[in-house]
Amino acid sequence: MSGKDFITDAQNTWCPGCGNFVIQFALRDAIRSAVEGGLDPDSIVLVTGIGCHAKMADYLNINSFYSIHGRTIPVATAIKMANPDLTVICCAGDGDAYAEGLDHLVFAAKRNSDITVIVHNNRVYGLTTGQYTPTSPSGFRGRSTPGGTKEEPFNPLEIMLASGATFVARGCTRKKRELEEVIGQGIRHRGFSFIDVLQVCASYFNQTEVYDRSVYSLEGHDAGDFDAACRKAREWDYNSDSPIATGTFYRVARPTLEERLGVSEKKEGTTHEIIERILEERK
Amino acid sequence: MAEISVLIGGRAGDGINSAGLIIAHLLSRIGYRIYMYFDYPSLIKGGHNFTIVRASPEMKGACRNEVDFILALNQDTLDLHRDLVRDRTIVICDSTRVTAAGICIPIPDILKEEGAPPVMGNSCIIGAFTRAAGIPWEVLEEVFSRHLRKGLELNLKVARRGYGMAGDHSVIPAGDSRSLPILSGNEAIGLGLLHGGLDAYVAYPMTPTSNLLHFLAEIADRAGLLVFHPENEVAVILMALGLGYSGKKTAVGTSGGGFCLMTEGLSLAGANEVPVVIVLGQRAGPSTGMPTYTAQSDLHFALHAGQGEFPRLVVAPGDPRQAFTWSSLALRLAWRYQVPALILCDKTLCEGYYSFSSPAASVPHIDDAPAGTPGPSYRRYLLTDDGVSPLLFPGSPGTVVKVNSYTHDEAGITTERADIASLMTEKRVKKGKALENGLSALPVIAQSGDMRSGKTLVCWGSTAGVCSEVGQELGFRVIQPVVLSPFPAEKFIQAIRGTNKMVIVEENAYGQLGMLLCRFGVRADASVRKYDGRPFTVEELRARLAEVVS
Repeated sequence: MSGKDFITDAQNTWCPGCGNFVIQFALRDAIRSAVEGGLDPDSIVLVTGIGCHAKMADYLNINSFYSIHGRTIPVATAIKMANPDLTVICCAGDGDAYAEGLDHLVFAAKRNSDITVIVHNNRVYGLTTGQYTPTSPSGFRGRSTPGGTKEEPFNPLEIMLASGATFVARGCTRKKRELEEVIGQGIRHRGFSFIDVLQVCASYFNQTEVYDRSVYSLEGHDAGDFDAACRKAREWDYNSDSPIATGTFYRVARPTLEERLGVSEKKEGTTHEIIERILEERK
Repeated sequence: MAEISVLIGGRAGDGINSAGLIIAHLLSRIGYRIYMYFDYPSLIKGGHNFTIVRASPEMKGACRNEVDFILALNQDTLDLHRDLVRDRTIVICDSTRVTAAGICIPIPDILKEEGAPPVMGNSCIIGAFTRAAGIPWEVLEEVFSRHLRKGLELNLKVARRGYGMAGDHSVIPAGDSRSLPILSGNEAIGLGLLHGGLDAYVAYPMTPTSNLLHFLAEIADRAGLLVFHPENEVAVILMALGLGYSGKKTAVGTSGGGFCLMTEGLSLAGANEVPVVIVLGQRAGPSTGMPTYTAQSDLHFALHAGQGEFPRLVVAPGDPRQAFTWSSLALRLAWRYQVPALILCDKTLCEGYYSFSSPAASVPHIDDAPAGTPGPSYRRYLLTDDGVSPLLFPGSPGTVVKVNSYTHDEAGITTERADIASLMTEKRVKKGKALENGLSALPVIAQSGDMRSGKTLVCWGSTAGVCSEVGQELGFRVIQPVVLSPFPAEKFIQAIRGTNKMVIVEENAYGQLGMLLCRFGVRADASVRKYDGRPFTVEELRARLAEVVS
């Protein structure tokens, strides 16, 4: 490791004012706390997709798999299956996790794979210069929808609750300290952790004013109550102007995929002996 | 000792494939070498299924256009296969469903009397066959007890009734060779992968490689394998790359449609240099095509799939021995050179059953990839003379392992610098050359027939068996390139030296191997192509070759 600050020498190319900086430092600080708490930094793996968010793989000085668009989660699931001692974190964009790779997100929740997925949800495609995403509000005027979108956004928290995610949270880049806390909780949670991060896109969808007005932290909410989590998740539909809660919506203990797979080293002898035995059975 | 062929047919759900396999074992037990073809439509119940078991003193890889026994559980078995019937053919049938002259057995009545379920009808007719073929009852008892998973007693009772109703009709002489295991091509590939050091297999079900998934899932516990079936083929290939990045030797299996979804992952493997093996079982396309029928129409797809330029290994084994050997080698070579490897097979090989003499002891050794030294100076994409960088996996002490789909520097950090982009492209080119060199000592081209003949038959993949049989008979030299990428051009040209008439045999319409050979200045004088989803029979290929070599 070239430095304890976990930041590489790679030149940062995010726009000034980009919400990604906040997520980068919230994640870095959450990792630093975890390492101070005894987590081996060599055992951390970051998987990113493609988009502005994904540059995190270049900027954080930890093991990383810079994947392709929409394909963070199968890679992360497999890394955790291959070596359950690793701590696997996905950074994905909303285009990644909610459009191109929605199937993988739903299945990771269904399986309770012990990975943490942080969705940099700026509700717009940034790197491709401003098209709508699954969480852009209805009527969003992007370069592919100059007349405004003719569809409603979906609510990723509801999808995750319905799919069996065992940790469901929301953060916002306007609240770095809370975001760091939520990411830390997600990493510590044994099972599938999902964190939707409302992120300001300084260039194509700057919601700073809206988030500063509407976002509030969950208080007195029972994260063990699934129905309460569903009610809170439905409070804001990613479309209308209503209060937007951040914090941990839901958390439950359930056996993880890796525990249930229980992949063992057990072999009936050497590979040669196993092959011979299988051949003998086919005589 | 002559050869014999047995056809058994019935509706889907009658257990025709397993009945064929039992017949194959009966004939194997008395000293024959087996080839079994299974033909079935894409449905679960009903329709018409049949298998042909060909038993010979020597290994074969195709069927004949005639059979010695027809075991008919439905009328279609007789009506649809009249062309296979000769004077000597003995018909054994279910008299309640089939009208025919021969050994007619009221199977449903027997099942009812014995309290057996309808699916045991195949055991009854196998009993009759055993007697009619003069195979000792003890052989059937032994085969049943080794290969039936449940209901042994009842199956034996039902078989005994069938046995009792037939007389000795055509006593098959016992062979003298010791009996060999009978394996499907899929199983040979699976065992070969295991031999090569497989840690994990990921697949979404798709004919004709679903049975490879089933086989490996079944042996996963005893072999210490991770076998996983995720949501789709996109996840399959990406999971394989996640496993490979973590140090697990991983293979995936699919057919053309699933491979379409895998191409983005294939290109990613080319870019991030994570090794992966893809078993691509061809079937009749385009699109859904005829899912349960064979083809060799994805050669160019396998050679060119994925955006950008990167080295890949493509091997096309022609029989289970080659499948075993080259599956093991493909996995090892993929890791040694950190390239994607494709095992290009087809329905005929994957789902055919063959007597198998294991080549395990003679698979050439391939070194492991160079291992990296853990520490802060480790660079995943270190530039080296042969383009192959030392490998380390996440979790290595004091080490950061970065892989990247973007053009990257030696440390794995994204770059768009012109000089580094050129160097990294050249790195991939060098790896391809290194792979080519690594292949030079391996049996990349299989040869049979008369090597001094001026008539040369060129084939690839599962037609190797039929081409070798017919080619030898007609005095051809038979050349089968097993490795198709990087193509062993020099060795191929050497193998065909002295040819004055070259025929290429392929189960596709466009002549895809022919097109590949043109790149190396080799042009065939004639070609024999087939694209009806059925593999060549011996007689058919003989006739087609006679048309072009007259």
